[in-house]
Amino acid sequence: MNAADRLATLGVRALDVMRGLGHSAFFFFELLKSAPSALRRLYLTVAQIHSIGNRSVVIIAASGLAVGFVLALQGYYTLSRYGAAESLGLLVALSLVRELGPVVTALLFAGRAGTSLTAEIGLMKAGEQLAAMEMMAVDPKARVLAPRFLAGVLAMPLLAAMFSAVGILGGYVVGVLMIGIDPGAFWSQMQAGVDVWDDVGNGIVKSVVFGIACTFIALYQGYEAQATPEGVAQATTRTVVVSSLAVLGLDFVLTALMFSTPH
Amino acid sequence: MGRKGIETLVGIFVLLGMFAVLFLALKAANLASFTGGDTYAVTARFDNIGGLKVRAPVKSAGVTVGRVTAISLDINTYQGLVTIDLQQGVAFPADTSAKILTAGLLGDQYVGLEPGGSDTNLKAGDEIKMTQSAVVLENLIGQFLYNKAAEPAAENK
Repeated sequence: MNAADRLATLGVRALDVMRGLGHSAFFFFELLKSAPSALRRLYLTVAQIHSIGNRSVVIIAASGLAVGFVLALQGYYTLSRYGAAESLGLLVALSLVRELGPVVTALLFAGRAGTSLTAEIGLMKAGEQLAAMEMMAVDPKARVLAPRFLAGVLAMPLLAAMFSAVGILGGYVVGVLMIGIDPGAFWSQMQAGVDVWDDVGNGIVKSVVFGIACTFIALYQGYEAQATPEGVAQATTRTVVVSSLAVLGLDFVLTALMFSTPH
Repeated sequence: MGRKGIETLVGIFVLLGMFAVLFLALKAANLASFTGGDTYAVTARFDNIGGLKVRAPVKSAGVTVGRVTAISLDINTYQGLVTIDLQQGVAFPADTSAKILTAGLLGDQYVGLEPGGSDTNLKAGDEIKMTQSAVVLENLIGQFLYNKAAEPAAENK
């Protein structure tokens, strides 16, 4: 292969990447455009919240509790060196509300709900159900994708809030009940240091953004999957990989925008 | 499961989520105790504000009565100009003094108010005239060393 050929290959690759980006951007706007139609078929959205949200509650709560436990144990170990063990409540609450709540929930969401969305839509496509809908003049974006998108975007902030709340309770169990920190100091330090808008509000904004990103990626991968068993399998894998990377990347950008400016 | 059952379960899910948000807002961030309310702003000039930050509490006798809302440098006097919002219900005499104090050894800094004896009260926009700056550790150590160095000279006399 000579240099010109290599250059051409590079060009093709770059064009492919750009085409993929453009394609997904158009898909995203069409999804946004058809999202209001999900409100007209409200029951479809409710049913999707059930399968995306309700069924994720157990794993979200269990992970939140575990993260709260571990944060309290590790935090106490470090804080007690500096005689600041009373700040444990603040440490646990801020880490959960600002970062761990939205991010870990989004990662779990990608694995728990995103994969099932991709597989479901991929199989619908493989079974030509989507094509059949189009034949009957039913827009599959409005009928199938929009309710799932709306459900994912609504469920994510609620799940993230549950994660943080359960995590704080986990921190309380380990910090106050097991280690024996003063409960008054635990709560009052937390309440003095956590701001409703700057911390809790920004955490919710983050989880809404992650909800949009994760659900969009899962739906896009399912909709664009090759209509074969291997194609659906690959699309499901890509959902997890791309969603996780997108969440981590977006989190860095959002954190830099929200928390970097000192008061 | 019927339609009704799923709708009920989703209702429970949404309620749980709302409850979690409320828990975070009320129990973790304590929205209830500081919902702004009516406040009035006063200012104070300090020679050195140390590590005071915006949103630091303002306390009198240990009770939080307000928040620091803005910190800037007064370019005429080169002093730190601190704006404080005090709760409307709490009135202080006009000759109240303000100190910058530290909570614990490593704690955050806050503004402590000590009421004076004047008959008139501070109004919105007033300035607290008597202030005491934050203790800067380097200055304190410097002063201590200076005094130590001066001691033998005094004995020789």
